[in-house]
Amino acid sequence: MFRSHIMVCGGTGCTSSGSKKIIEAFNKEIAAAGINEEVKVIQTGCFGLCALGPIVVVYPEGIFYSMVEEKDVKEIVEEHLVKGRPVTRLIYDETVQGETITSLNDTRFYKKQQRIALRNCGRIDPDNIEEYIAYDGYAALGKALTEMTPDEVIKCVLDSGLRGRGGGGFPTGRKWALGAMNHADQKYVACNADEGDPGAFMDRSILEGDPHAVIEAMAIAGYAIGATKGFVYIRAEYPIAVERLQRAIDQAREYGLLGKNIFGTDFEFDMEIKLGAGAFVCGEETALINSIEGNRGEPKPRPPFPAQKGIFGKPTVLNNVETYANIPQIILNGPEFLNTIGTEKSKGTKVFALGGKINNTGLVEVPMGTTLRTVVEEIGGGIPNGGTFKAAQTGGPSGGCIPASLIDTPIDYDNLVAIGSMMGSGGLIVMDETTCMVDIAKFFLEFTVEESCGKCTPCRVGTKRLLELLDKITSGNGELEDLDKIEKLCNFIKEDSQCGLGQCAPNPVLSTLKYFRDEYVAHVVDKKCPAGVCKDLMQYKIVADKCKGCTACKRACPVGAISGNVKEPHVIDQAKCIKCGACVATCKFGAIIKE
Amino acid sequence: MKRISKLPFKGTAEQEQLLKAWLAENGHKPGAAMAALQKAQEIYGYLPIEVQRMVAEGVNRPLEEIYGISTFYAQFSLSPKGKYKIAVCLGTACYVKGSGKILAKLEEKLGIKNGDCTEDGEFSLEASRCIGACGLAPVFTINEDVYGRVKEDGSELDGILAKYKA
Ligand SMILES: Cc1cc2nc3c(=O)[nH]c(=O)nc-3n(C[C@H](O)[C@H](O)[C@H](O)COP(=O)(O)O)c2cc1C
Ligand code: SF4
Ligand code: SF4
Ligand code: FES
Repeated sequence: MFRSHIMVCGGTGCTSSGSKKIIEAFNKEIAAAGINEEVKVIQTGCFGLCALGPIVVVYPEGIFYSMVEEKDVKEIVEEHLVKGRPVTRLIYDETVQGETITSLNDTRFYKKQQRIALRNCGRIDPDNIEEYIAYDGYAALGKALTEMTPDEVIKCVLDSGLRGRGGGGFPTGRKWALGAMNHADQKYVACNADEGDPGAFMDRSILEGDPHAVIEAMAIAGYAIGATKGFVYIRAEYPIAVERLQRAIDQAREYGLLGKNIFGTDFEFDMEIKLGAGAFVCGEETALINSIEGNRGEPKPRPPFPAQKGIFGKPTVLNNVETYANIPQIILNGPEFLNTIGTEKSKGTKVFALGGKINNTGLVEVPMGTTLRTVVEEIGGGIPNGGTFKAAQTGGPSGGCIPASLIDTPIDYDNLVAIGSMMGSGGLIVMDETTCMVDIAKFFLEFTVEESCGKCTPCRVGTKRLLELLDKITSGNGELEDLDKIEKLCNFIKEDSQCGLGQCAPNPVLSTLKYFRDEYVAHVVDKKCPAGVCKDLMQYKIVADKCKGCTACKRACPVGAISGNVKEPHVIDQAKCIKCGACVATCKFGAIIKE
Repeated sequence: MKRISKLPFKGTAEQEQLLKAWLAENGHKPGAAMAALQKAQEIYGYLPIEVQRMVAEGVNRPLEEIYGISTFYAQFSLSPKGKYKIAVCLGTACYVKGSGKILAKLEEKLGIKNGDCTEDGEFSLEASRCIGACGLAPVFTINEDVYGRVKEDGSELDGILAKYKA
């Protein structure tokens, strides 16, 4: 028995900020202090508050240390673990009130969250199946196999109101019922862990922090539809998730939770990881199936749907990682567990990867129907450097933006579609007044142009033409009629593309055009970028009154665009200036401005 | 569009043996082509046509299909990578925090474009998508090292690059 547990976040974010070294340091210091029989160091999944990483939590007190560095470890061991005096300077300041330390669950970041899919992330060691089992792990699979018929399992999922978390929001129970209905000698269960949204990392974090939940859920799905084999499609670029999932699969086999005669029944189920290679379109279900079969990941027309003809031509039920992560809890606690949370048509919670111009970047899970205001101002802790909220983008390259005027919209599937965005897989990027909305639209379109598989013309050529029109605008050559052209082209691409990638590609453009038309007009008519982002539409200028003639900028300019004599105001030759901004950084007198 | 290297192929007999052994064991499995290309890239670092040809034979599919797969997926590279592989995250969270500017600065400093490798083979530069460290945005990586909260003005870049220069 250990008297203390030290949980160190081993999610991708904290690993990037050096959590591996911190674990090593803890082990070393604990041994040096001779308390290695009493204190155990555990590497967990993501705690959510990535902005403050690397994160270390010490139990049983539940003390939350943030931004821990290797050099702090010795102090934590000697003071906190040996002498019982928490190191106040390293504790997350919101949990310190004078002399007392308050619970993490009372902080603004965690208070309004409800963790179902992320319940074990940051709580258990994902590499140790026994820790998962200690928190009811595999109890749901046991219950399904020994107390429920496949139909009862499907009914339970259906009644819970769970909808797919991969973007579309299709009722999961209905999909399973379809899969069960189609008879075949072999059926498959598959998990979509492609997570192609360029600014999202929730599915990866679930696999990193709680891989067994997904394995258990897939086995339950296998039982429900009559499949004996599962595939997880995940990008090779997500090495930590791949590694932990593989280890978890091996452990589950060892414990007899995968394989033949699971829980002493005649049910058998096993699974395999298929590595993707980075193509956004492969998140689309038919393309994903093509890719699992070892081909170019091009979409196929539907019908036939995967539930009829999927992997290797066999009926296949495909769900998203987060969808699966909800399943064990639903089976264990009944449909009411989920359908009492959320809004009328969107039940349960949703995980978002909160990023961009926000203080508490990280992973958050909130009940459906939570307003954007709550997420941004309370959980997210507002905008850094006193900036103002301008818009949030959801749904990645397939979604749209939510302007400040709609910040009180309760977030659920249907509301987001109604305002021209979509839930998507859960990227939520916050933007402030220094973000140019035309530039953001262009950013997403560049992404879709690159990722279009090229199979159908409206998407392949249409998105390219659309990008050219946006380029024309950001380079200062736009005309007013281009805005109408853009709208027409968008609608054409939406209606005529074959798969969701093309059909949704115009959304970022349409929604910014709808809510920020003024900004487009400023680019086109005034030839100005109000946010000061579009290079061709801005200039660096030296304010003569402020310039002391120190010559610092002249020396810093890489292309020799600045001239002037010592102690006299300098000037920038606009024809030579490459707008690198190097001069701004060197001027100690704030004499160089961007306009 | 993928950049296809014009450098001559310099594979060793050892590498060939490794790949062929893997192919002999796994090449016949259904859907083996992707895994084969991933293995080949692991061995050679990139996928020149000579390597694609071995894969095609090993999984018993026409070379044009293998070429089709290699050019489809972002992970597969048809050009060699530098000894130090720089990848700037252009995921949304990083982009909003100015990673686009950092990429431009690195292009300027290294004198190469996104997707290229310096002539001496030391540095290659590419854009990546979200690496899952948005809390540190903007982020770039050099091989396994992660640099986060990089200043938009690029003032730290010379210092960072210097660590890798011989
Ligand atoms: C272009 C495109 C990309 C997609 N990317 C993903 C993805 O990365 N992850 C995901 O789970 N679903 C993605 N989807 C949705 C899937 O096609 C599918 O609907 C989903 O995986 C089904 O699981 P669910 O019902 O649990 O959401 C994508 C769809 C399209 C059209
Ligand atoms: S819409 Fe785009 S991605 Fe989808 S099939 Fe057509 S070309 Fe391919
Ligand atoms: S650095 Fe500033 S004060 Fe000095 S010459 Fe340039 S603009 Fe003038
Ligand atoms: S967007 Fe760069 S790490 Fe997520």
